[in-house]
Amino acid sequence: MSRIGVFICHCGENIGRTVDCEAVTEALKDHPGVAFTEDYKYMCSDPGQQLVKKAIEDNDLTGVVVAACSPHMHEKTFRRACDQAGLNKYMCEMANIREHCSWIHEDRGEATEKAVDITRTIVEKVKHNQPLESIHIPVTKRALVIGGGIAGIQAALDIADGGHEVVLVEKEASIGGHMSQLSETFPTLDCSQCILTPRMVEAYQHPNIKLHTWSEVEKVDGYIGNFTVKIRKKARSVNEDLCNGCGDCQEACPAKRIPSEFEAGLGNRTAIYVPFPQAVPNIPVLDRQNCTLFKGRRKGLAKDACGKCKEACLKDAIDYDAEDTFIEEEIGAIVVATGFQLYSIGREQPEGLKGYGEYGYGEVPDVIDGLQFERLASASGPTAGAILRPSDGKEPKTVVFVHCVGSRDSEKGISYCSKICCMYNAKHAMLYKHKVHDGRAVAFYMDIRAAGKGYDEFSRRAIEEDGAEYIRGRVSRIFRDGDVVKVWGYDTLSQEQVVIDADMVVLATAMRPQDGVRELAQKLSVSTDEHGFINEAHPKLRPVETNTAGVFVAGACQAPRDIPDAVAMASATGAKVLSLFSADELEREPAVAIVNENTCIGCMNCAKVCAYGAIEQREICTVDGHVCGHVAYVNPGVCQGCGTCQAVCLSKSVELQTFTDEQIFSEINALCYWE
Amino acid sequence: MTDVAYYPGCSLHGTSREFDESLRAVAAELGIGLTEIADWSCCGASSGHTTDHLLGVALPARNLALAEAQGFDTVLAPCAACYNRLSAARLAIATEDGLAEQMPDILGHPFANSVDVHNAVELLRDASVTIEEKVAATLAPNPLEGVKLAAYYGCLLVRPFEVCGYDDPEQPTSMDEVIDACGADDVDWDMKVECCGGAFSVSRTASVLRLGRAIIDNARSHGAEAIIVACPLCHSNLDLRQKAMAQRGEEPMPILFVTQMVGLALGLAPVDLGLGRHFVDTEPLIARLVQQAAKRVAAEKLAKEEAAAKAAARAEKQKVGVAAGTSGAEGGEAQ
Amino acid sequence: MSAPSRTLATDILEATGINPATCYQCGKCSAGCPMASESDLRPHNVMRLVVQDRREAALSEQSIWLCLTCETCSARCPNACDPARVIDAVREMSIEAEVADMPRNVAAFHRAFLEQIRTNGRLHEMGMVMEYKLRSGDLMKDVINAPGMLSRGKLSFRAERIEGVAEIKRIFEKCGVTP
Repeated sequence: MSRIGVFICHCGENIGRTVDCEAVTEALKDHPGVAFTEDYKYMCSDPGQQLVKKAIEDNDLTGVVVAACSPHMHEKTFRRACDQAGLNKYMCEMANIREHCSWIHEDRGEATEKAVDITRTIVEKVKHNQPLESIHIPVTKRALVIGGGIAGIQAALDIADGGHEVVLVEKEASIGGHMSQLSETFPTLDCSQCILTPRMVEAYQHPNIKLHTWSEVEKVDGYIGNFTVKIRKKARSVNEDLCNGCGDCQEACPAKRIPSEFEAGLGNRTAIYVPFPQAVPNIPVLDRQNCTLFKGRRKGLAKDACGKCKEACLKDAIDYDAEDTFIEEEIGAIVVATGFQLYSIGREQPEGLKGYGEYGYGEVPDVIDGLQFERLASASGPTAGAILRPSDGKEPKTVVFVHCVGSRDSEKGISYCSKICCMYNAKHAMLYKHKVHDGRAVAFYMDIRAAGKGYDEFSRRAIEEDGAEYIRGRVSRIFRDGDVVKVWGYDTLSQEQVVIDADMVVLATAMRPQDGVRELAQKLSVSTDEHGFINEAHPKLRPVETNTAGVFVAGACQAPRDIPDAVAMASATGAKVLSLFSADELEREPAVAIVNENTCIGCMNCAKVCAYGAIEQREICTVDGHVCGHVAYVNPGVCQGCGTCQAVCLSKSVELQTFTDEQIFSEINALCYWE
Repeated sequence: MTDVAYYPGCSLHGTSREFDESLRAVAAELGIGLTEIADWSCCGASSGHTTDHLLGVALPARNLALAEAQGFDTVLAPCAACYNRLSAARLAIATEDGLAEQMPDILGHPFANSVDVHNAVELLRDASVTIEEKVAATLAPNPLEGVKLAAYYGCLLVRPFEVCGYDDPEQPTSMDEVIDACGADDVDWDMKVECCGGAFSVSRTASVLRLGRAIIDNARSHGAEAIIVACPLCHSNLDLRQKAMAQRGEEPMPILFVTQMVGLALGLAPVDLGLGRHFVDTEPLIARLVQQAAKRVAAEKLAKEEAAAKAAARAEKQKVGVAAGTSGAEGGEAQ
Repeated sequence: MSAPSRTLATDILEATGINPATCYQCGKCSAGCPMASESDLRPHNVMRLVVQDRREAALSEQSIWLCLTCETCSARCPNACDPARVIDAVREMSIEAEVADMPRNVAAFHRAFLEQIRTNGRLHEMGMVMEYKLRSGDLMKDVINAPGMLSRGKLSFRAERIEGVAEIKRIFEKCGVTP
């Protein structure tokens, strides 16, 4: 006969306000199998835990039910307490009467009744609990970092410095990400490349970092501590081992007018190219889409239309027939740091977003976005740092900066604040005024959001010292009128319509997750929000973890982030990974499926539905060693305890420990039969 | 081709009868059958919905109900204001709680809200291939060939997007496509979707003059020779009021309905298109365009004849040369 | 729980389905409003009055009668507040509450227009002009260049009257509108 202790928590007023905890205690007192009941204001407090321990010892309890908050919160706490009191910790369960009851109901009588029901079901479940042991699994102490922007580089360096190998995968030809495109950084006006490139070089030269650029994650199998990751190395057409980065191929390439992605379309590159001078690695890629030779091949020409780069290469590193290759890496932990892209001001938009027709759909040449301005202001940019407008190369004397383009605009599909635009707009206005002393910088803003160390001071400086004119109001229309760009705005503070004849307009466009993040998230079994940002496990307390154990998230792929945020997150993931790698084995809950070999008919339906590939076929032999059939076997290291196999098993031979059929039926019965 | 229910609206029976005349003429040319909805009534225009939301829905709904009862699934409402009110009513009844249930009682008729509403620009855009073919097949020289025309959409053809939705609300292209189909050049200008002052023509004429002036100035500065409209209100504000907004010595800017433009390209007579009914005289423009076209055609003809003559001469020469060469070769052989 | 008290904002929400609190006063509506230069209050100001529950000020505001219903504000509103529809609703309430202090000629125009529809089913422009002149008191102004209209065949002395006038009257009655 079970001797179960039931402990009802008031959670201060959180539960006590709507649930009559004394009444619940009273109702459970006479429930069959219950040997002890008690309610307490804060069961999770030390005295509360002592109460549980003492009750176990004094009453010789065989099971414990704590009616309190979600097991996500305090299941560990109470299981540890039981363990200390000598009761197998898996004999302890939580009845969630807070999130599932007190927080969501208003009527005290009904809520109390429901709390009693919830607690009873768990009591009935615990009656069928079995003492279990934790599962121990080995850990592969190598990390995978996806994305080689500043967040990915930082995470990789921290883990590598901690003494563990890191595989860093970057889909572009070079690491560096968006930070390498920036001119100066707020709020210190540090030269972006000057502070970034040392980190890039360090990552490249680090003995513990294995870098795969021009590569993408193809497939991820396994689980925390034991992932197998398949990486696609896209055909670079340049042999990385032979190439010495001399640049002769770029010189020789006849296709010289391809808009450069690095220059945000304001400069050109060749078809075989290194994206920027400080690229890491300094090895070109061949852009087959724009290459004369490959264009010819696609048209079916019998003879190759070009071959200049190959002729020019003294190292014979160029291979037109290179194909994508795949490598597999054994990995223990994964950091996702895929970064962001800017909302496009063009007409073509991904599903769910709309363009700005009222701002000309990006078709007015002197209306540019923030990254384009960064390139104009950058000493390494297409104008060598001179602010010259794209249409005619003239120095613009009036520049309008428009905040919140795409951001905080639910009608265009993005309701969130992109967080960094207020700051980079202030920076742009400043940089412009520093370079064009007689120029006029006008910024249209809704609110200035400059919360950060030195941030508000920085944006005030743009106004007070550098003379940027800030106008509070959104812009209604932007169009080209002859030589000028007309900007129709409104000053909500002076209550006047404002029309500005600008020479150039810079749109501070929203930050969005990179394309392909949803697909990557699927491969990693992590979730994304409505905008495609990767969800953290808990917004407050687990900000760099995801819902999948062993997968961490850093930087702007989780939400709009500036550089210090991204770097801080990256180092946090580094710490998480290092702590995971600090032990040789991982302890896991025994919530895994177990097959009863005596009744299993070997239909393998379970294997077909297992999303984690945890189920394999195992032969069974007679005493004399003859194979006489086969049954299913669940690898407890791989099983995630989802219970799908249990649902499809024809012979009822597979059971999820901690959620057996018997336990579930008991819970249902408790709801149906007790009044 | 298709038969549609035709909802002319009050303006096309009154102050904008040239829109009605030109539409009928062009529709006949393009093989589009128009059947006027029997006993149609006013859509209420802005006075209706400005005064009472329900009235603003019910007045247009009566006409949708009539079209439905008369067996149509599409209503053509050329007047932009009527188009907007009819479409808005259709959308409101489909989406707002309780309206669909209320309608039969208010109208005194059963009503299933099953009729689509189209405007004239939409109709012509969808027929642009036919227009192009017909224009090419017209014997008379196309007076619109290469002429710069500004497509003016105004408010009611494109806004709100949920109601109209057949074109981009900020950078519409439908009327420009029709202009191109007529062989003319659509002007890339800035006031395509700005308001002309709409219903304030009578009650706040000064506002209309200010707004209309900005529109005409912008079209002119972008080189437009005429402004093309598809809204009686826009037309009357820009045409009737133009004299009051013009400055001394300024060339008047003719304002043409989109159907009149198509009619001209198809070689229809200006009088059949109601072009004589405008306040800004269209005769000088048309005379100039016709003359230009005639000159152009004559020049083309001349150039063609000259080219043909040259080709003939060349062929003749070659023939002689070939003959000479042949004889020479023969001679050579003979030698 | 007690029922929330009626405010102008809740009335607007009920009438239009628009929550005026979604307006964050960015001013984009007013930046593009063609009548902003002639109005004391611009679209975002009207939204503000609604949010602040300043019913009297909103309902008696002349500027709401200067709205052209061109919908530019609503088309460009970043947060789907639909100022044009809200202003429409405020105008309706203004008429209902009889605090309407609409500019005499604008009101006269709308009334003249609706009266024409109610009696004939269609608009008779000549009739409407006469009606408008009487209602606005602008007797001498030649509001539409009548001689020019007549000579171009755009104006007729005879009203078109539909057969279903009774149905139109029914619609006006059911909607509770008397011009």
